[in-house]
Parts: sequence; structure tokens; C-alpha cells
Amino acid sequence: MDYSQFLAMKQEIAILIVFLLVFIYDTFMPRSSQKGLPVFTTILMLAATAFGIAGSFCSCCSAATEAFAGMYETSAVIIAIKNILNIGMVIVLIQSIKWANGELMIMRRGEFYELLLVTLFGMYLMISARHFLVFVIGLDCASLPLAAMVAFDKNRYESHEAAVKYMLTAVFSSAIFMMGLSFVYALSGSLYFSKIYVALASEHSTMLIVALAFVISGVGFKLSLVPFHLWTADVYQGAPTSVTSYLSVISKGAAAFAFMVILSQVFGICYSQVWEWMLYALIVLTITIGNLFAIRQRNMKRFLAFSSISQAGYIMLGIIAYNALGVAAMMFYILVYIFSNLAAFGVIGAIENATGKVSMDDYRGLYRTNPRLAFTMMLAMFSLAGIPPFAGFFSKFFIFTAALQGASPAIYVLVLIALINTIISLYYYLLVVKAMFISEEQCVIPTFRSSCGERIGMWISLAGVMLLGLVSCIYSYLIITAANSNIATFFIR
Amino acid sequence: MELKAIFYLIPSLIMFCCGLYGFITRKNMIAMLISLELMLNAVDMNFVIFNRFLFPGQMEGMMFTLFAIAIAAAETALAIAIIINVFRWVKNIDVRELNKMKF
Repeated sequence: MDYSQFLAMKQEIAILIVFLLVFIYDTFMPRSSQKGLPVFTTILMLAATAFGIAGSFCSCCSAATEAFAGMYETSAVIIAIKNILNIGMVIVLIQSIKWANGELMIMRRGEFYELLLVTLFGMYLMISARHFLVFVIGLDCASLPLAAMVAFDKNRYESHEAAVKYMLTAVFSSAIFMMGLSFVYALSGSLYFSKIYVALASEHSTMLIVALAFVISGVGFKLSLVPFHLWTADVYQGAPTSVTSYLSVISKGAAAFAFMVILSQVFGICYSQVWEWMLYALIVLTITIGNLFAIRQRNMKRFLAFSSISQAGYIMLGIIAYNALGVAAMMFYILVYIFSNLAAFGVIGAIENATGKVSMDDYRGLYRTNPRLAFTMMLAMFSLAGIPPFAGFFSKFFIFTAALQGASPAIYVLVLIALINTIISLYYYLLVVKAMFISEEQCVIPTFRSSCGERIGMWISLAGVMLLGLVSCIYSYLIITAANSNIATFFIR
Repeated sequence: MELKAIFYLIPSLIMFCCGLYGFITRKNMIAMLISLELMLNAVDMNFVIFNRFLFPGQMEGMMFTLFAIAIAAAETALAIAIIINVFRWVKNIDVRELNKMKF
């Protein structure tokens, strides 16, 4: 066996090294220095991120390579999406320092970080897998530890209820997904993406449609597309805020990219006959129902859960675009979504840590007691809604442009529906802003000073929200890498 | 009489549908977990059958089954742990009791 092929998995190995060092620190350091574990993990993760970004500039490191007989693949695009996820992970870690150093976490601090790193590793496997066995292992590696992390708040009942709901639906969806895989295996005789792609070229049976429906619904659970979204709001509300922010950005971004890879590189040949229309229906339902249910939410975490469902619908527009531009726009959307959502969750987490309040009614008049937090929240909401100078506008604009490259009449209708939904979403995002700034009532949240980590996390997210749209080199870099990658060769209508 | 693939596929399909039905109708969390196990085992059977009858020259389906069994075991262990945690709070494992968060 050629051991040099392990060098293709540089970023996975970096995560594993971080994991091992955190594990050693957690196990062998004396109790007095355990308080340093969150900062230690954050610094290591920052180093891993810097290593990954440096690798993307070096042409020999980012060349497309296969490893393990084609089961694993890496290329410039895949390195770029992993770097995006890494950046999000660093912000999540910075924001969770205060929570992890809280009183309840003394015994279990290490477990939290270890589980978090394992899920990130699983997501990397999902993105890079070119064989369904590796993909399934990555999928379960990403979703099982998350169930344990949802149940992390031992002293809150909601956390356990959320964990049960997440666990049962996750196992159910992975069973359905694997059933679909067994049909695909029967049709093609292989589990390699490339071999299935070739074998399905001459296949027009009903079994293929059933298999695809099963596979799409299995991944749809993970992405929380409507009608597979029912776990989302409960889990987001029950889980600790750090875990919720991780679930809503990193997990979703990784699943979206992996979904794109499966649909184009495995089922790409039956795009127009089979899955194009399934995806149309899913996107329209996801965006509309996510938006309509978000209007009536009073709990901030539930509210952001429904908002994240509808954002997943917008991300899916990058898949339905079915071209290299769509991939670039989707990656840019994920990047911007990470920053704006983490800014919002940073504020929610800071307020929850200080006062324990998460209801939108408690946010009334927040501007008078905590003006900076209110301002951060406002910018995050503007970016999520897509108001021009902020990054959210540009990401929506690019993803609509990419979708319209398809130029079939149906896609114009789809983009029109998405545009109408943007206006609906503006209404409920502004509800939060109205509660914070216009409401005359006395605010129940007293003035407090958020911790250093929370402030740094919010500053980073705000910088991303303000600058990402204006610094155009990031998007043009993504376009160039996507157009030059082998992913672009799979988009045949 | 020679045994064909269909004689194995029908039981596995019945198993999958029983699991699906049980997961939707049962109110006891342990029973739901058993239903999920039925579904996962039906998937494993499917892979083995397709491998044995359609593609006898290779082992891909068998290997997938081996890994899927291990994953299913991990899932069950974690789910039981979470159910025990819930039992400590509500003294019950009826899913209808888990109704604090809705809509």
C-alpha cells in the first residue's frame, strides 16, 4: 500500500491532530489548568484553519488528487469549502468559551470539544467521499455525536427532549437513505460514484426514481428541507446555544455541498428526467413554509430555526442552477450565511448567558440598555434579509444570477417565488429590529458587559457581514476555482 | 425448486415496512427504537441479497453491510443513553409526554 496517499487528506489529518491534542490536554493536565482548555482548542483550530488556507494558495497542495482507489477525492473547490467550514468552526469555538467555562461544564468541557471536532471530521469525509461507504460513515460520524451534544445541558429538560427528537429522526433518515443506496447498488452494481454515474446512463426504470426519492429525503433530513424539517425548530430551541449555532451553519453548509456532489456526480445523468422537478418542489416548499412559520415564532432560537430552513432553500438554488457558477454562488452563500447567522447567535448566546432570556418579547427596548448588542443584531438581521450594503444582499444576488443561467422558463418562476419570499422574510426579520429599537417599553434585560470571547466572535462576524460583499476578490476566487475544477465537468443537462 | 432473489427480497421489504409502520404508530420509545433496528436490518439484508444474487463476483455489498451493522450498534447505544436521560426527567418513556416544545 502506498502510504503517501494519506497526504491527500491534509485537512482531515489537521483536525485529527487537533482532536488528539485536545484529548491529551483533557486527560492528562491537572484540574487547575483545565480552565484553559477552551482557549487551547480555539488556538489549535485557528492554526488548523491557517494551515488549510495556506494550502489553498499552494498550487501543488490544491491539485485534484484521488486516494484510496478513488474512494476519496480532494481538489481546490473541496479545500475551499473546508476552509469556509473551518472559519465558521473557529467563530463557534470563540463564542462558546464563556459557556464552556461555566459552572455546569466543569466535568464535561473536554467531551464537548472532542465531540465537536469529530463531527467536523465526519463532515469533511462527507464532502470528500467518492464512495458511498465512506459517505455513510461520514454522515453518521457527523450526526451521532451531534445528538449527544444536543443533550449536553443536563439541567434543562428541553435539552433532553430535543436530543430524543434529533436522535430518532436522524436514525430514521439514515435508514431511509441506506435503503435508497441498496436500490442504487442493485441498479449499478457498485458504490463508487463514478461507476454508478456510468451505469445509470442507460437506466430508465421506476426503481431509479424510488431510489432517488429515498436518497434525497435522507439527505433532506440533514439539510432540514420541508417536508423533512419537523425536527429542526424543536432541536434548535432545546439544544445549548453554542450547539444550535454549530448545527445551523456548519452542519447545514457541509450537508448542502455534499448534496450537490451526490446529485451531480452520481445522479447527474438523470437531471432533467428525474430529480430536477423533485428539487423544484422541495425548494418552493422549503422557502415558503420556512418563511411563513417564522412569522409566528416568539422564541428567538425557534425563530432562527425557521429562518435557517428558508435559507437552506436559497442554498439549494445553487444546486438547481446546475453549473459551475452555481457552485461558486452556493459556497459564497454558505460563507455569508455563516457570518450573519453567527452574529445573530452571538447576541442570543451573550444575552442567554447573562440573563437566561431567549424570548423576542424580552428584547423590547434592548437598544436603550445594550445598544451595541442591539446594533449587532440589527446588522445580522439586515444581512439575513438581504439589504444592499451588507453581504447577505450580494450572496442572494449571486445565487439568483447563477440560477437564471439555466434559462428554462420554469427557473424564472422559481426565482420569482424566491424573490417574493425575500420580501416576506424582510417582514419578520424587521420584527426583531422593531422590538429592539422602536418599542417604548422598559427593557427587562439589564445593561451588562458580554465576555471577551463573545465580543471577539461578534466583531469577527460583523466584519464578515460588512466586508464580504464589498471585497469582491473572494467571490471571483470562488468562481475561478469552481470553473477550473472537475466538479464543473459533471454539469451536463 | 431453486431459490431466487425475490424469495429473500420480499421478507426484507416486509421487514422494512413493518419498521416504518412501527416507527410511526408506536408511542413507546424503546419500541420505536426496535422499529428503527428493523428498518436498518432490512437494509443490510437488501445489500447482502443484491450482492449474492446480482453481483456474485464482488464483495462491495457485504462490506457495506458489515459497516452498517457497526453503525447501527452505535446508534442504538446512543439512543438508549438519551432515552434513559429522558426517563430520569419524566419517569416515563412515552413519546406523548415529550410535548413541551411545539410548533
